[in-house]
Amino acid sequence: MTDNRPVLTMTGISKSFPGVRALHDVNFRLLPGEVHALMGENGAGKSTLIKVLTGVYDTDAGAITLHGEPVSFAGPMQATAAGVSTVYQEVNLCTNLSVAENIFIGREPRLLGAVRWGEVRRRARTLLARLELDLDVSAPLGSYSLAIQQMVAIARAIDIQARVLILDEPTSSLDAGEVAQLFRIMRQLRDEGIAILFVTHFLDQVYEIADRITVLRNGGLVGEYTTTELPQLGLVEKMIGKELDVLEGIEEHSRRDLAAVEEGTPLVAVSNFGRAGAVEPFSLTIHAGEVVGLAGLLGSGRTEVARLLFGADRPDGGQVTVDGRPSSLRTPAQAIDHGVGFCSENRRAEGIVADLSVRENLILAMQAARGWLRPIPRRRQDELVDKYIKALTIRPSDPEVPVRNLSGGNQQKVLLARWLITEPRLLILDEPTRGIDIGAKTEIQKLVTQLSDGGMAVLFISAELEEVLRLSHKVAVMRDRQMVAQLANDDTLDADRVMQTIASGSHGEEADR
Amino acid sequence: MNDTMGRYRAMTGHRLFWPAAVLVVMLAANTIYRPGFLSIELKDGHLYGSPIDILRLSAPLILVALGMTLVISTGGIDLSVGSVCAISGAIACMYISRQPDQDSLPVVLTALAMAMGVSLVLGTWNGVLVAVIGIQPIIATLILMVAGRGLAQLITQGQIITINSDPFRAIGLGHLLTLPLAIFIALAAALLVAAFTRRTALGMIIESVGGNAEASRLAGIRSGRVIFLAYVLSATCAAVAGFMMTANVSSADGNAVGLWVELDAILAVVIGGTSLAGGRFFLSGTILGALIIQTLTTTVYAMNISPQTSLLFKAVVVIAVCLIQAPAFRARFTRRRSSAPPPSPIADKPKEQVPA
Repeated sequence: MTDNRPVLTMTGISKSFPGVRALHDVNFRLLPGEVHALMGENGAGKSTLIKVLTGVYDTDAGAITLHGEPVSFAGPMQATAAGVSTVYQEVNLCTNLSVAENIFIGREPRLLGAVRWGEVRRRARTLLARLELDLDVSAPLGSYSLAIQQMVAIARAIDIQARVLILDEPTSSLDAGEVAQLFRIMRQLRDEGIAILFVTHFLDQVYEIADRITVLRNGGLVGEYTTTELPQLGLVEKMIGKELDVLEGIEEHSRRDLAAVEEGTPLVAVSNFGRAGAVEPFSLTIHAGEVVGLAGLLGSGRTEVARLLFGADRPDGGQVTVDGRPSSLRTPAQAIDHGVGFCSENRRAEGIVADLSVRENLILAMQAARGWLRPIPRRRQDELVDKYIKALTIRPSDPEVPVRNLSGGNQQKVLLARWLITEPRLLILDEPTRGIDIGAKTEIQKLVTQLSDGGMAVLFISAELEEVLRLSHKVAVMRDRQMVAQLANDDTLDADRVMQTIASGSHGEEADR
Repeated sequence: MNDTMGRYRAMTGHRLFWPAAVLVVMLAANTIYRPGFLSIELKDGHLYGSPIDILRLSAPLILVALGMTLVISTGGIDLSVGSVCAISGAIACMYISRQPDQDSLPVVLTALAMAMGVSLVLGTWNGVLVAVIGIQPIIATLILMVAGRGLAQLITQGQIITINSDPFRAIGLGHLLTLPLAIFIALAAALLVAAFTRRTALGMIIESVGGNAEASRLAGIRSGRVIFLAYVLSATCAAVAGFMMTANVSSADGNAVGLWVELDAILAVVIGGTSLAGGRFFLSGTILGALIIQTLTTTVYAMNISPQTSLLFKAVVVIAVCLIQAPAFRARFTRRRSSAPPPSPIADKPKEQVPA
């Protein structure tokens, strides 16, 4: 375990895509029995480095050695066979197959060519028991939450006799308990001598688990540090390459005054709004210029509330008024007509259209609202697109690049811009800062403040309480698919009180049901 | 040197390069086999020659494939186009055959209008099954593919209806400005479809729905309407193709008209670079694809390949064309031969263009 020869080295790695230089002359090494955090902003090249390592992409230049031998994987299967296993940021499993099939797909235990299904299920159960997960291994994976799916992906990765385990943002969809469970497993694997490459945006997690840190910025290597020698502030500075005054600017923003925004007719008011199996009926009012935070644990019904308000799912019943007039929000197109916009948390499946260019993705919602017979004139498109690429610093700034070539954070900005172009009156943001770096996070938080100051109402959903408290006028708390409280964000409200509400389901005013 | 390499790569990276190259190679092979293949001569004020024949004969396929391109781009498929061809041809011929003056222009126009009206109903049927009821496109259009043949038989009462109408025959065999009229009809259809999709936002919205249906719905696109429209357009194109096919032979055979044309059309779309999974579509590529398929058919005849082996020959060529088209396949070759990075799989060209 004290063997200091690296199990894996990457030297002089470069990789370009059309219009994007993703990596430039990057060095990286991984020692056995360590947890190594790979840090960087969106578009810094973390995901690309991992994909180069596992053979998803070719390198333009550079060399990789494993156990001192030069290697070049033609694909993830080869990498896995050599002992380099990966769990990607967005779960890459087949939701229609069973849990056990997902764990053993492509390497089922066989007897004379026939799959031994009993053996598959038995080994799957053993493996999941090691992760302290109690699942029905015959049930389709899709019947479990995203968090559980993530754990299954990890189970799949560690079953292969991995010497190197790559975890690309495994914690972005896990709650605190699940993160602790994952970290326990990671420590266990580390002590067995496995080298773990860990990518995350949660700084606290890095300091909790990582032994060393490599920082990338804009496709280049900034440096390699031990966790103890690099304080948290120093790490953030290295990642964004500038002083942290932006962050502090937000911190100093005073508490929002609820009474000032909550007068007059509400922009949107719903009562008895609910959907069986998704969320219990709830009532909520949102005024122009108001930021309503939605807090709660993973799976507490936050996203379901957002989807109902946007018409993505149909409510079972209840009343809706927009500007005091009875209305309905039964389809997204209807909601958009009322000036509602919705950035889904599921960027890849429900957000971007990967085939289309950045420009086309940006104008999509506006064009949909106008109807196909009234195309937005090209000059107007270019103006809008140019404006928002600059305003949100979307990189690369070429609007004709297919949006799939952008990093996750930049795709998120494209989605945000898609709605901002439509000048919505109520913007629903479901986890807009998940899986993106501090710089972009701060930009998005600042933007929310600016938009609400300009009169836009925002429903802000986030797993991070600090963020919700920083931005919201009032906080609606979700627990077990019920809206259990709506708390004014005054001096008495802090993260502890919100957490107590989440835990106990009572505190502050009860929402009328 | 670098500049030449760059230009070479820009050219071969263009998504129309490989289909065009295949077409050129086919024509060249024909010319080597028969040196007079490319010659065109003027006779009685009309141009004649193999290239003109290829253009004329590919016109119906181009029409069908244009509509198919839009349907495939939405993520669907339309298997019923061949039957729609047969039905539209049958109605037109049946109506004309019952009129005392088959050469009268109003009679022919009425016939075309009736057939077009029925085809719109058929397209609506497909559109409702797919976009409103939500049946899988391959199953939904299979219904009309099979039932449509029967319908065509019913209309013609199981007979081959022969007509003698000069205005109708002109759709397939007439001439305009020394060139076959069919070429102009196909060209006009291509320009219309291109204008309809690219001058409006329809094209982008179709691509968006085909690329990611759920994201499109959440962006406020009423995808049902767009998908519906694609099937109606496809039936309309097929109806015009049906007129051409029947006009070529001045008769309507419910069993034979447009038989298997759906498969040729799908192939043309794929050769043209539009993915069967939906998303981006390329009308100019589809037209090149249709020309390749017709050239192949003409080649089989011109080279006197025996009927027993002609299908096999076609299959081999089609496989070769599809492989050459695939960036992943080409990359394997370029990588083996040199250390140069493979050409980018993403076409640089953002906008569709209509070939003149």
